[in-house]
Amino acid sequence: MKALAGGYAQARDLRHALDLLGQADGMGRVLAGGQSLIAAMNMRLTSGDLLVDISRIAELRGVALDGGWLRIGALTRHAEIGRDALIARHAPLLTRAVGHIAHSAIRNRGTIGGSLAHADPAAEFPACVLALEAVLHLDGPDGRRDVAAEDFFLGVFETAIEEGEILTGISVPVAQDGERHVLREAARRSGDYALAGLCLLRRTAGHRLAAFGVGPCPILARGAMEKLDHGDIDGAVAALSGEIDPPGDTQASAAYRRHLAGVLLRRALSDLEGEQS
Amino acid sequence: MSDAFRDRIDIALTVNGEPVEARVPAGRHLVDFLRLDLGLTGSHAGCEHGVCGACTVKVDGEAVRGCLMLAAQADGAEVWTLEGLTQSGVIRDLQDAFVARNALQCGYCTPGMLTSIEELLNRGGVPERAEIREHLSGNYCRCTGYEAIVDAVESVARARAEKGAA
Repeated sequence: MKALAGGYAQARDLRHALDLLGQADGMGRVLAGGQSLIAAMNMRLTSGDLLVDISRIAELRGVALDGGWLRIGALTRHAEIGRDALIARHAPLLTRAVGHIAHSAIRNRGTIGGSLAHADPAAEFPACVLALEAVLHLDGPDGRRDVAAEDFFLGVFETAIEEGEILTGISVPVAQDGERHVLREAARRSGDYALAGLCLLRRTAGHRLAAFGVGPCPILARGAMEKLDHGDIDGAVAALSGEIDPPGDTQASAAYRRHLAGVLLRRALSDLEGEQS
Repeated sequence: MSDAFRDRIDIALTVNGEPVEARVPAGRHLVDFLRLDLGLTGSHAGCEHGVCGACTVKVDGEAVRGCLMLAAQADGAEVWTLEGLTQSGVIRDLQDAFVARNALQCGYCTPGMLTSIEELLNRGGVPERAEIREHLSGNYCRCTGYEAIVDAVESVARARAEKGAA
C-alpha cells in the first residue's frame, strides 16, 4: 500500500520543531529515521499525519561524555551507536544491541530516539536503557523535563511523551570498573524482532536484568535480580518466569517465550562468566 | 491545517550524479519517486515495509531502504541507484560474478542485493561467509537459496583484495 500523509514540514532546529508540533493541532507526528513510522504509514496503520521531520537537526545527533554520564542525541543512528568508541567503552550494552537491530540498511537510518519513542515491546534499545538506568530528556513547549527509563515505557507503543513533546536525548550513567554487560535474544531470522530477549548487567552493587519481547513493554525483573545477587541461578530463572507476561502469536506461544527467557538467562550468565575469564 | 505543512514538497537532489528538481507528494517514498517520477525502474518496490530489501539504494554514501525514506527527506541528498552504479562501472566485477555463478534467477532482489553488497565490499578486506550472510540478512532472495550469492561476494572480495595487494 502507499502512505497517505496529511502534510510534511522539515524542522530547522528544535525550537522550530516544537513550534510545528504546536501548530499541528494534535495531528503532528515526529519523523526521525522513519524506519518504523514510514513502514506503518505504508501499511496505512496511520494516515493523515502532519509530519514534523526532525532528522536534519544536527544538535540532536552525536555522543559526548559529560562527567559520569554519556549524553546521546536522540537522532544518533543505530550504525553510529554501533561504531562509537565512547559507547563501546562506557555503555557496551548498546554496542551489543546494535548487531541485533534489523539489518544494515535500516541501522544506517534508524535512530535511538526513534526506537525509544516508538517503544516496540520487542525492540532492544528500550530494554537497554531500562537496564542501564538511563534518563530520557523530553523537550516541550514549556521547557525540558527528565524521565527515568523506568517511568518512560507505559505499554505497547505507549510512553511518557506528552502531546507536543519531543524526545531529544538520552543520558546513560557510564559503566563502573569491572561492570559487565551482555545481551541475549532469540529470533527466528537474523534481524527479526526478538521472540524474547534479555539485557543483563553485573555491577558491584548488584545485577540489573531487563527483558524484552515478553510483555507489553520492557520489564525490569527485580525478583530475578535479587536472586542473582544471592547467586541463586535456578531461583532467578523461576522468578523471571513469574515476572514476565509474554504474548502468544503466530511467531511463538506464550509458553515457548517463557521457556526461552529462562534459557536466555542461563546463557547470559554463562556469557558473563566467559567475559571475566 | 497550518500553512507550515505542505502536501507537495519541492526538492532538489542529485540522482546518479545528475541534478534533479521535483515536486513530490508528502507521503511518496523514495523508491516510488525514483521509479514513477524519474523512470529509474532498477530499484524495485517489494514489501514496502522494510523487510525484503529489494528497494535498497544509496543515499549520501550509505545503503538505505528506498521504501522507508520519503522523497521529501531526500532534499539535498546524493542518491545512487543500480542504473548509476552500473554505468559508473564500480560493481562491474560483482555483476560479472553474479552471472558467472548464477547468483540470480528472476532478478527481482538483484538490484537491492548488489547495492547492499557494494556497501560491504567498500569496507575492504575479505569478509567471512557468516559476515556476508549477516550483511545480506535484510535482502530476501526467493530463487537462489543464497549460496551462489555468497560465493559471488566472496570471490569478488578475494579478487579485489589480491588486486589491492599486488
